[in-house]
Amino acid sequence: MNGLIFLIPCAIGLGILALLGFFWALRSGQYDDLEGAAQRILLDDKPLSED
Amino acid sequence: MSAIALGSIDDQADLGAFVTRGAEGVDEICFAVPDAYCAACIDTIETALRQTPGVMAARVNLSQRRVTIRYGADTELGALPTRITRSGYRNFPVDAAVDSGQDAALSELVRAMAVAGFAAGNIMLFSVSVWAGADESTRILFHWLSALLALPAIVYAGRPFFHSAWAALRVGHTNMDVPISIGVVLTTALSLFETITGGEQAYFDASTMLLFFLLAGRTLDHLMRKQARSAVDNLAHLSPRGAYQILDDGKRAFVRLADIVPGMRFVLRAGDRVPVDAIVVSDSGQIDMAMVNGESIPLSALPGVVLPAGAINLLGTIEISANKPSSESFLARMAAYVAAAEDTRTRYRRLADRAAQLYAPVVHLTAAATFVLWILLGVDWHTALLNAVAVLIITCPCAMALAVPIVHVVAAGRLFANGVVMRDGSALERMAAVRIAAFDKTGTLTRGKPRLVEQSPPDPTLRTIAARLAAQSNHPLSRAIAETNGTTTDARLDVTEIAGQGVETKIDGIYWRLGSAAFCAADDKGPDASSHVWLARNGQPVALFAFEDRLRSDAAPTIAAMHALHVPAHILSGDRESAVKSVATAIDAASWSASLAPEDKQAAIAALRAAHGAVLMVGDGINDAPALRAADVSIAPANAADIGRAAADFLLTNDRLTGVPFVLAMARRTDALVRQNLAFAMLYNAVVLPLAITGHVTPLVAAIAMSASSIIVVLNALRLRLGTGSADQPIRAEVTS
Repeated sequence: MNGLIFLIPCAIGLGILALLGFFWALRSGQYDDLEGAAQRILLDDKPLSED
Repeated sequence: MSAIALGSIDDQADLGAFVTRGAEGVDEICFAVPDAYCAACIDTIETALRQTPGVMAARVNLSQRRVTIRYGADTELGALPTRITRSGYRNFPVDAAVDSGQDAALSELVRAMAVAGFAAGNIMLFSVSVWAGADESTRILFHWLSALLALPAIVYAGRPFFHSAWAALRVGHTNMDVPISIGVVLTTALSLFETITGGEQAYFDASTMLLFFLLAGRTLDHLMRKQARSAVDNLAHLSPRGAYQILDDGKRAFVRLADIVPGMRFVLRAGDRVPVDAIVVSDSGQIDMAMVNGESIPLSALPGVVLPAGAINLLGTIEISANKPSSESFLARMAAYVAAAEDTRTRYRRLADRAAQLYAPVVHLTAAATFVLWILLGVDWHTALLNAVAVLIITCPCAMALAVPIVHVVAAGRLFANGVVMRDGSALERMAAVRIAAFDKTGTLTRGKPRLVEQSPPDPTLRTIAARLAAQSNHPLSRAIAETNGTTTDARLDVTEIAGQGVETKIDGIYWRLGSAAFCAADDKGPDASSHVWLARNGQPVALFAFEDRLRSDAAPTIAAMHALHVPAHILSGDRESAVKSVATAIDAASWSASLAPEDKQAAIAALRAAHGAVLMVGDGINDAPALRAADVSIAPANAADIGRAAADFLLTNDRLTGVPFVLAMARRTDALVRQNLAFAMLYNAVVLPLAITGHVTPLVAAIAMSASSIIVVLNALRLRLGTGSADQPIRAEVTS
C-alpha cells in the first residue's frame, strides 16, 4: 500500500506531463503541415553564412 | 482554358483585400499554389519569395497547398504573385483568415481526443488491478481515483457529442449522438453511484474509452473534410469581383461588382471575364462561350453584340457597356436556379442517421424492458438498474457510430490520392445508387477547343497558304489551322488583320484572304457557318475549312467503363444538334439531347430520373450548375466555372475523365463495406444483448467486447485500401494544344 501512495501520483504525473507536451506541440503548430514536414527532410540545409 | 482563368492579377488594389495587417508594419498574405506537391516545389517557391526585397519569411504548407508570406512595408505587393508565377507555379491569393476558424474546431477535437485517451489509459491501469482481484479497500481507492480522472475528462471530451445531441433533440430530431450521450451519461452516473456506495462494478474505463474511439473517428472525418475544403478553395478562380470602369476623362477606376449600374463603360482585357451582362461598344475580341452556353466555337465580339456575364474574353481588349446590374445578370440568374434546385440533396437522409433512428428506440426500450423484467423477477432495484445500464453500455453505439464515417474517411483518402476531391460522405452513398449518368459536352467530354476537321477542296497547297496566313493571327480558329502545318521555315508574312473578319496579304502578286464567309465573298448559309473559315484568292473563295471541338482522348474509354458498370451515358448539351450528334456517335453514348437552355437541362435531369432512377451529372459550365445541383449526385472537372464547382459533390483535380467511373466503382465498394459494417454492428449487438439482459456483463467483458467491435469495424474499412482499380489506368497521353 505504501508503494502505491508513491507510484500512483508518479504514473498520473507522467501521464499529465505527456498530455501537456502534446497540447504544447499542437498549439505551436507542429501538426499544421504533416505532409510538408515529411517532404522537408529531403531539402538540403542552407549553408551557414560566412560572416 | 484554366490557364486563362487562373491568370495572375497584377493590381495592388485587388491584392489589398487579402492582406492581414500585422504589428510594426509586418503584413501577411496567403497564396494558394495548387500545383506544389514535393520537396523541390517547397524549395523553389520559398527561395524565389525570400529573394524578393522586403520579404521576411515565406513558408509553404504542403497539406493545404498554400504559401504564407510575411513582408515589410517596403515590399511591392504586386511582385509576389509574379515571383511565384515565374518560378513555375500557378497561384492566386486566398483569404487565410477564413480557414483559421475551421482549424479551431479541429484542435478542439484533437484536444478532446487527447484528454479522453489520457483518462482511458490511466483508468485502465486501475481497472486491470481491480479485475485481477484487488482487495476491497484497494478497489474502493482505485474506483475513487478513476472517478477523479474520468469525470473532468468526460465533461471535457464529451462536449462535441452532448452539443450535437442537444441540438438534434431540441428540434425534435434524433441522431447517432443521442444514444452515445445517453449511454455515456448513464454509465458515468451509475459508476459514480457504485463508487460512492462501495459497489463492485464501475465502468469509468468503458465510458472514457468509448469517447476516445469516437473522437478518433470524428477527428479523421474532420481532417478529410478539411483536406477537401482546402482543395476546393485552392481551385477557386477569382471570379470578377469588379471591373475597370472607363471614366469620362479617359482614366480607369476599379468598380466593385455590386456597384455596377447599367450604362457604365468598362474595359475588358484578354483573359478577363465579363462582369455583368453587357454590350460591346468598340473594338473587337473573341469570346469563349463554352462555360455559358456550351457553344464550342468562340464568338466574335463586335460592337453591338450582347455578352452574358461569366464569358471570357480570349483575344484583344474591348470596351463594353453594362446592360444590367449584377443582381440581374446571367450569373445571378444561374445562382438563383442553383438555389432553387437544392431540394434533391436535402431530401436525402444519410444511412447512418437512418440506422440511428432505428437503433436508438430499440436499445432504449430494451434497457427499460430489462429493468422492468428484473423488478418483476423480484430482485432489488439496484441489481435491476445495474443490468439495465449494462444493456446500454454493451450495446454502446461505438461500432455503430464508427461503421459509416470510418469507411468514408478511407474512401476519401483513396479518392484524393487518385485526383478526386469528395466534399461530403453522403455523396458516396448517393453515388452508389446512380442508375444513369448525364454528361455535358463542351469542356467535359471535349476539350472545348476547336480543331480543323475538314477542308474542301482538300488541296495541301491551299492549306499551306492558309496556315501561313493563320500563323500571323491569334484568333482561336486561325491557331487551329496554323497548328496543322507544324513548324515551318517559311518566311514570316506581312499580313493585315481586320478585327472580327480575317487576315489579308499579298504573296507573289496574288491577294489572299483568310476569314469569315462575308470577308471572302463566299456564300455560306450552312447551319454550321460559325465554325467555318474561308480562303479567298484575288477575291474568289477557293477553300473552306470546317472546325469541330476536339474530343478528350479518355472520353470514349470513360463511357465504355460506365457501360461496364451498367450505367448508360446520356449527353446533355447546349450546343448545336449536329455537333452533339457526332460526339455521341464517336463515344458511343446511349442517348443525347442538344440545344438545351440551362433551365431545360434541369428538366432533362428530372426526366432522366423518372425514366431510369438516380442521376449522376458531370459538367463544368455555368449553364450546367443548375443541372449539377438538380441531379442526385454530381461531378465537376477542376477547370469548371466557380458556380459549377460549388454545386458539385466531387471534383476531378487531375483533368482526367476516367475519374468518373473510378468514383462510381469506389462508391459501390464503399457502400458494400458500409452495409457490412452496419450488419456486423447489428450482429454484435444481437450476441451481447442477451448477456447484458441476463446480467452477465462485468466491466471486464464490456471493455473487451466494446474495443473488439470497434477495431473490427475499422479493420474492415481499411480493406478499401486493398485491391487495384486506380483512375490512372493506362490511357494514351493526351496531346494538349
